[in-house]
Amino acid sequence: MSILVDANTRVICQGITGKAGAFHTTQCLEYGTKVVGGCTPGKGGMKSEHGLPVFNTCHEAVAETGADASMLFVPAPFAAGALMEAADAGIRVVVLITEGVPTLDMVKARKYLDDKGVKLVGPNCPGVITPGQCKIGIMPGYIHKPPANGTKNVGIISRSGTLTYEAVWQCTERGYAQSTCVGIGGDPVKGLNFIELLEMFENDPETHAIVMIGEIGGTDEEQAAAYIQANVSKPVVAFIAGQTAPPGKRMGHAGAIISGGEGTAQSKIAALKEAGITVSDSPATIGEALAKVLS
Amino acid sequence: MKVHEYQARGLMEEAGIPVPPSEVLDSADQALAAYDRLGEKTVVVKAQVHAGGRGKAGYVKLVSSAQEAAEHAQRMFAEPMVSKQTGPEGIQVRKILMAGAVDIAKEYYLGIVVDRVRRVPVMMASAEGGVEIEEVAARDPDAIKKAWFHPHLGLQRFQANVLAAAIGLSGDKAKAAVGIMLKMAKLFLAKDCSLAEINPLIETPTGEILAIDAKFNFDDNATFRHPDVQALFDPHEEDAAELRAKEFDLSYIALDGNIGCLVNGAGLAMSTMDIIKLHGGEPANFLDVGGSVTTEGAVEAFKIILADEKVKAVLVNIFGGIAKCDVIAGALITAAKEVGFKVPVVVRLEGTNVEIARQMLKDANLPQLKPAGDLTDAAKQVCACV
Repeated sequence: MSILVDANTRVICQGITGKAGAFHTTQCLEYGTKVVGGCTPGKGGMKSEHGLPVFNTCHEAVAETGADASMLFVPAPFAAGALMEAADAGIRVVVLITEGVPTLDMVKARKYLDDKGVKLVGPNCPGVITPGQCKIGIMPGYIHKPPANGTKNVGIISRSGTLTYEAVWQCTERGYAQSTCVGIGGDPVKGLNFIELLEMFENDPETHAIVMIGEIGGTDEEQAAAYIQANVSKPVVAFIAGQTAPPGKRMGHAGAIISGGEGTAQSKIAALKEAGITVSDSPATIGEALAKVLS
Repeated sequence: MKVHEYQARGLMEEAGIPVPPSEVLDSADQALAAYDRLGEKTVVVKAQVHAGGRGKAGYVKLVSSAQEAAEHAQRMFAEPMVSKQTGPEGIQVRKILMAGAVDIAKEYYLGIVVDRVRRVPVMMASAEGGVEIEEVAARDPDAIKKAWFHPHLGLQRFQANVLAAAIGLSGDKAKAAVGIMLKMAKLFLAKDCSLAEINPLIETPTGEILAIDAKFNFDDNATFRHPDVQALFDPHEEDAAELRAKEFDLSYIALDGNIGCLVNGAGLAMSTMDIIKLHGGEPANFLDVGGSVTTEGAVEAFKIILADEKVKAVLVNIFGGIAKCDVIAGALITAAKEVGFKVPVVVRLEGTNVEIARQMLKDANLPQLKPAGDLTDAAKQVCACV
């Protein structure tokens, strides 16, 4: 089992005719994802370079292909509109890769998506992958290890991109498979957050442990710590990036900022440790920490 | 993006929020005429810089003659302001705000931010104005009253009424404060603010409600649709190296240490700084070259890192995903040749095509390039170099 996406997930790419959309659609297809089409307004009726049907609207794409998930490579100014379109067309899981979406656009789009009951991953994220079944996003597929008979499987939730790959790779190298890896993105207002995903992993019988990678900014990790203490029975390993980040500076991600004394790595680490969660001090020892909690 | 106080005043005036009359100076010789135009005996002279600590540094002064105003303006323009937030070299003052001093009966606080937990904007009001709101929050969280508002509907009048009453305002004063709150919320949504703050909002002895000082920050991701906000950008307030990095789509932040970092991805870049510190070193910078590393980007990144004279060694930490390690190794070799490495550069590559990349680095035979096994090894090596 897995969460969010699996071998039966039918994916469309919004922005399939753009450079990034086309490239990553190829990568996802090669990984084995069931990409069934795409949309680009004004280009309906043509075929993409992958031979997939292109539609003008999400509604047509869903009606024609039966898609239930969407991967968005839409330029930031139009991203919120594309999200709402996907939600209105009946897409169940939307994955917004785009970086630089205005915060208030996300605030507004979230209200709309929540009303429709749609699950959003991102924005400003690598996407979601259920190894061996479905990859929706820009992560390198081969670093992941699909679950097999007898493997210990880890669910990974992360606010970062390449740091997620780092964690995945450490798991894979130690022989741990991944049930699903979700990059929730580095923006202050986003879709699925730690708590929703912790709940999904807790309920997924084939996830045996959870790795949670946070970073400075906001209080999501503190809330997740309290949630884990009360609701999660599976072992959790956490890592928090930005222990050396200065306050008041945005560290690459729009949401990675310590402001008004809130959002420090120290506060997050303390909250996690207090909740009895194993915190890896170094980004290089996530796999090692996992081995300890699983032994 | 931050703007100056005088620019925030301009935005408030446009929005119809009452602010006392003020004058903006570009040079000290404008001070005499500005004082006369204000027509008040007591005038406040304030240097316009983003850094805090102006009062303690002597860059906010109450004066009671045109001559005195001119003298302070002269000094502020001539000597860079040094405060806790500026660093020892200080910051050059380029604008000065002069405003008539206002009699204050009471100070309040109004502010709007996006609440990251509830994912909606929140209006905050407090009867304890004139001090940092963080201080109030730490001392007495109940002194800050909050109203979360719907992003599509905006702050509703009833919500503002509740807030005004909660901070002890009634009658005409409450009505005035409610008007200000509604205009502020509208401005926040219309201009994609990330912070809108009036501190203090004051009540005069005659019962007038005025905005005395304000701070507005804007969402960098949304300035593309606000040319009027873009026009308020002051490049003098930015670090030159950070601005230059931005031109090349690099995210760079200078720090105090001596180990330069070049990393792909923001989270990995932050944790690379952390692992350096963990092994006893001090990072000189945060630098995210982005998910796909180009030769041009790598060359520019090295130029920026090595321009910092404190840097005694560099750690390159790349997890090649879609960006393949061999391409990155090629970029590193080109950068080494173009920029000329005078300090050791420890390289840790992992991911797609890493074996080819390691061979390439070996074949390039660049004495300053030191390959590392894993991330811990890389951090130890680079810390040993300084």
